[in-house]
Amino acid sequence: MSGFAMLLYKELLRFWRVAFQTVAAPVLTALLYLVVFGQTLEGRVRVYDEASYSAFLLPGLVMMSVLQNAFANSSSSLIQSKITGNVIFLLLPPISYLEFFAAYLLASMARGLVVGLAVLGVSTPLVALPLAAPLWALAFALLGSAILGAMGVIAGIWADKFDQLAAFQNFVIMPLTFLSGVFYSIHSLPAFWQELSHLNPFFYMIDGFRYGFFGRSDFAPAASLAVVGASFVVLSAAALLLLRSGYKLRG
Amino acid sequence: MMPAIEICNVAKRYGALQALAGISLDITPGEFFGLLGPNGAGKTTLISIIAGLARADAGSVRIMGADVVTDYRRARRLLGVVPQELVFDPFFSVRETLRFQSGYFGLRRNDDWIDEILQHLDLSAKAGTNMRALSGGMKRRVLVAQALVHKPPVIVLDEPTAGVDVELRQGLWQFIRRLNRAGHTIVLTTHYLEEAEQLCSRIAMLKAGCIVALDSTRNLLARFSGLQLKLRLDRAALPEDPGVTVLAADGERFTLRLRDYAALESLLHRLRELGVQIQEFELAPPDLEEVFLRLTGNAPAAAEPRT
Repeated sequence: MSGFAMLLYKELLRFWRVAFQTVAAPVLTALLYLVVFGQTLEGRVRVYDEASYSAFLLPGLVMMSVLQNAFANSSSSLIQSKITGNVIFLLLPPISYLEFFAAYLLASMARGLVVGLAVLGVSTPLVALPLAAPLWALAFALLGSAILGAMGVIAGIWADKFDQLAAFQNFVIMPLTFLSGVFYSIHSLPAFWQELSHLNPFFYMIDGFRYGFFGRSDFAPAASLAVVGASFVVLSAAALLLLRSGYKLRG
Repeated sequence: MMPAIEICNVAKRYGALQALAGISLDITPGEFFGLLGPNGAGKTTLISIIAGLARADAGSVRIMGADVVTDYRRARRLLGVVPQELVFDPFFSVRETLRFQSGYFGLRRNDDWIDEILQHLDLSAKAGTNMRALSGGMKRRVLVAQALVHKPPVIVLDEPTAGVDVELRQGLWQFIRRLNRAGHTIVLTTHYLEEAEQLCSRIAMLKAGCIVALDSTRNLLARFSGLQLKLRLDRAALPEDPGVTVLAADGERFTLRLRDYAALESLLHRLRELGVQIQEFELAPPDLEEVFLRLTGNAPAAAEPRT
């Protein structure tokens, strides 16, 4: 077994050991959104003629959970290791920066996808949801979780304190998710905000993921996939450059 | 013979601070080597560079011939490091911690060796205990165990006995000595000068990022230190002797430094010739702390009580 495989296993075990906090809690949060927003807005907002508002909302909430938890996994694991100092146990063995990155990335994707599937699984009895193009949904879920996993690696390396990480989460991740069309179609926005939404990479993840269920979207799915794929390449490259330089990890 | 650790012109700067000013040092296989110096002398920086935890601005380090930057995989397999800070992963038990560490080195089934280390370090009963529940001394021993999972021929210990009680310290040293006798090269930094004196066959002293002394422990003691003699005579009459320096004189009480035991014999001979009687006599053997003080101009970094 390589160092990479063990690090991946350790990272998976780390969140699975505290699954109540890392999986059950975000599933409950997503369900609360679904119930509260679904109940209050049902009948008032109609995005697609053939689908209820709750059905429109659910894929957005699933993707939001995937993204937030993928980010939380790598970022919190790294900052904890840095603050407690046990990151040294990963820096002493012969693990390359590429293996290091891949292990954190895959564990983040795993947590994001597990939470997303759980949200979907628990909500299916409550909401009738079509599944027009599952492979598109899968592609966006994989790439979206990978992007946020890579962002989590960057944020975890950069942050020295938990509150810096919380700031990153509250001032970058949360606004980008909320303004990405989880709760509404951007076509319902004024033109200026519509244009602005097109600058938000999260919009393409949510919109493309939703295409997998309804077979329709605000933006062409192939174009969204290109944007999302490019974002992944850029963020991974940034994370790998940081790791290779030893920034904040190898003084 | 290829050095166990070859340090070649290593320099490191943190902002305005020159942590290491071009250090060169070869550590021979099988050696028990001591790295001494006051706080901020650069010991931990040097160890970090050896371990690949920091990068040198200039110079190179090789572990058994493997460069720690260009051939880091081989270098890290050859090196075991016990860090100074008492760090642990609170998510896992002692055995899990050691299994993970083995896995990071690519070792899949390592339980036989893990059991052996646990036994030697008196941790067998704690194998299933979560790291959080261990005392400081036990956590320290787990750190030693973690450094040994991959059976490295070269072992670096950065202040391994800081904050460890006397009994445990003795046990730890017995174990490290056994590793040394089994052929492992040991590099040690310590604040406890007696420890270095008892354990290390060779010592480098660092001050402000430079090596100020590098010699066998015996030579250092002989060269820089001497015997300290406290005498009370029956009168205030001390004969002159080239091997004797008077450190303090108070009537018939004298504190002297003797160059060596020959100087003692010569002094006693002269006193006898003069018919001076000795009332009190107290001889202290050579002391590494003296060497340390004279070379670094600092009090030993450990302000802790010496036990």
